[in-house]
Amino acid sequence: MSSIAVIDYGMGNLHSVAKALEHVAPNVEVMVTADPQKVSDADRVLLPGVGAIRDCMAEIRRLGVDQEVADAIASGKPFLGICVGYQALMQHSQENGGVDCLGHFDGEVRYFCNEQGDELIETNGERLKVPHMGWNEVRQSLDHPLWEGIADGSRFYFVHSYYVDAAEKALVAGNCHYGVDFDVALARDNVFATQFHPEKSHTVGLQLLNNFLHWDGKF
Amino acid sequence: MALAKRIIPCLDVENGRVVKGVQFVDIRDAGDPVEVAKRYDEEGADEITFLDITATHEGRDTMVHTVERMASQVFIPLTVGGGIRTCDDIRTMLNAGADKVSINSAAVFNPEFVREAAERFGSQCIVVAIDAKKVSGEGEEDKWEIFTHGGRKPTGIDAVEWAKKMVDYGAGEILLTSMDQDGVKNGYDLGVTRAISEAVNVPVIASGGVGNLDHLVEGCIEGKADAVLAASIFHFNEYSIPEAKQYMKERGIEVRL
Repeated sequence: MSSIAVIDYGMGNLHSVAKALEHVAPNVEVMVTADPQKVSDADRVLLPGVGAIRDCMAEIRRLGVDQEVADAIASGKPFLGICVGYQALMQHSQENGGVDCLGHFDGEVRYFCNEQGDELIETNGERLKVPHMGWNEVRQSLDHPLWEGIADGSRFYFVHSYYVDAAEKALVAGNCHYGVDFDVALARDNVFATQFHPEKSHTVGLQLLNNFLHWDGKF
Repeated sequence: MALAKRIIPCLDVENGRVVKGVQFVDIRDAGDPVEVAKRYDEEGADEITFLDITATHEGRDTMVHTVERMASQVFIPLTVGGGIRTCDDIRTMLNAGADKVSINSAAVFNPEFVREAAERFGSQCIVVAIDAKKVSGEGEEDKWEIFTHGGRKPTGIDAVEWAKKMVDYGAGEILLTSMDQDGVKNGYDLGVTRAISEAVNVPVIASGGVGNLDHLVEGCIEGKADAVLAASIFHFNEYSIPEAKQYMKERGIEVRL
């Protein structure tokens, strides 16, 4: 029986992602855990997260999750980051006055605003609310196994106030537009990470989770 | 290419059962909120809201189990409202699988609760529900006031100012119910919907009074709402979610089909 560790560092609702994994793969053992041994033994690792980045990073460091993530990524096993678990993989976030993150990808996590710090206005004149909350279209920019069976431009569910601006655009697997174009999925070797919530994105989201559970981590 | 306006069916739940009735011909148990939610999920609803109107402690435990069951079968966002008064209430619902909680009268009695909740759980899961009623007369400048106790008790609080304050305190979304319209089916109160939507920078969900699909369109276009919530037009098969979305799309509104 293959297994997946959903890393529990006390932030947010892990029930949703665990239930979605159990739904798409009843034969996979889903462990919600922070135990380094269990994470190390698992065939796949998922880093979720909601809430403020400062609190998330503090708990990630306090519980040693930073090392678990580094080990999992180095091991070559399939690794998926979601939402704050995606942002945490970046170098730095502007949230909470500036927070250093794990640095697995080069780039910055920025607030949805213009250079003056004012709210963004869409080309049709509409003011853009923050958080970016709801279903938006994702353009697939890499032909990746995790997009298999998902139409380009499918809508996924987002809820976030900060977005990823990756330094290496060649690693961007998907992008989206909300006043600005931003990077909503990154892929490198055995790592895939998304800003949107596949566990809340209905059939396309479940398809992505299913793809992850069948992925050998090669790209 | 843009963010879609959301369509949110709302279920009133008491002791774990849907009240006010939901009539689907082909549904196994129209009283089970999870069965109804699954049906809406299959139809393409963008979110589901459960409003718990249970008065008793035992009934609230039932709600937790309902949310747990829903979360293992329906994979779109779920908001739970009604009786959320403490951070423990929020934690219980989030752990059960809710994505957001909606705080109503507890915010009016203790605004600091909203601040505490947003700091503890993040603004993304804190919805503040506002029940507003028009209090200005004919020929006067528009004014709306917050009401509690299902619209029976005035508070003297200005609805637009209150919405701004709640966002300052950390609300990530406003669920605005225009009381004078609720159940009357004359459509949303577009004046207050627009006033609040323009006054705050978080998403606003319009609620109350939907009787036909034009009301949903007006809520988005004239009311400038980011999402539209409705109950009875969907529950009684007057319109389906796909019909509503198609209708909105034909009128230039971005929807998720």
